[in-house]
Amino acid sequence: MKFGVIVFPGSNCDRDVATVTRGVFGQPTRMVWHQETDLSDLDVVVLPGGFSYGDYLRCGALAQFAPVMRAVREFAQRGGYVLGVCNGFQILTEAGLLPGALVRNRGLHFVCEPVALRLERTDLPWTRQYAPEAVITLPIAHGEGCYYASPELLAELEAHRQIVFRYCTAAGEVSAASNPNGSLANIAGICNRSGNVLGLMPHPERAADPQLGNTDGAKLFASLLSAVPALVA
Amino acid sequence: MSKQYQVQIYVTLRPSVLDPAGTAMRAGIQQLGYQDVSDVRIGKYIELSLRAPNEAAARSQVDRLCDQLLANPVIENYRFELAESAARVGASL
Repeated sequence: MKFGVIVFPGSNCDRDVATVTRGVFGQPTRMVWHQETDLSDLDVVVLPGGFSYGDYLRCGALAQFAPVMRAVREFAQRGGYVLGVCNGFQILTEAGLLPGALVRNRGLHFVCEPVALRLERTDLPWTRQYAPEAVITLPIAHGEGCYYASPELLAELEAHRQIVFRYCTAAGEVSAASNPNGSLANIAGICNRSGNVLGLMPHPERAADPQLGNTDGAKLFASLLSAVPALVA
Repeated sequence: MSKQYQVQIYVTLRPSVLDPAGTAMRAGIQQLGYQDVSDVRIGKYIELSLRAPNEAAARSQVDRLCDQLLANPVIENYRFELAESAARVGASL
């Protein structure tokens, strides 16, 4: 399964992703500069975390017009797997590939800590190796991760089961106290209706190498590889 | 013949979106002793120059620009003021 990691000016989690896909999982991975326009050799496109274009105007607002994004849109429309982590999630919402928006954290703080998350979907190619309603721990590191959507949009997300991860307590309870940034309905990650585009604020790539002491994020990559065995290198 | 316009664009958070930075600023304002100040909201101000055949064309361009980039319609509203500016002789645009 061939991974491409988009590198925008200001991306800073791009190599972390490659360390996991290439290093931990042994999959061919290439870095894709934001000026590139051909993604036809790839099975999975990852938009990594960071501060693309300095987060000027709004996080992800300028990256949506990078030349590579037209190709990412077409790639997603053809059913290719697209993963946006942190700033990558912000870019996907700005580009309209995922609904809603990410705004400044309720408490104003840049929050950098491990958080508990509950799996709301385990039937997706991204999550099929997790147990239903599993509670996992992944690190977050963001200042603008407060998910926002109108009441109508939230109802649509619920109706189409597009909420994939919610912030919760260690026991799996979704509560105001377990919400690190004020996200609507404790939303930490969502997918599009067909499930091939996933965006989340937590960093699975920072919790996938056993040497780092937490491998809760590894199953996201392992799920994808097991979902499409024919594509695994 | 095209005309030159000066555009002043105001981008504000929709009323339904929390503005924690505005709330923090209000706390600071009240610390200063202005107890009667409330409803502090922080927005963005953008100015730009634009050449267009006429005012209607200029307005429609600014609308599109705001919808596409300057404001995110999920969380923000915008309004703008537009005024024709004196033609700049020899302006290289």
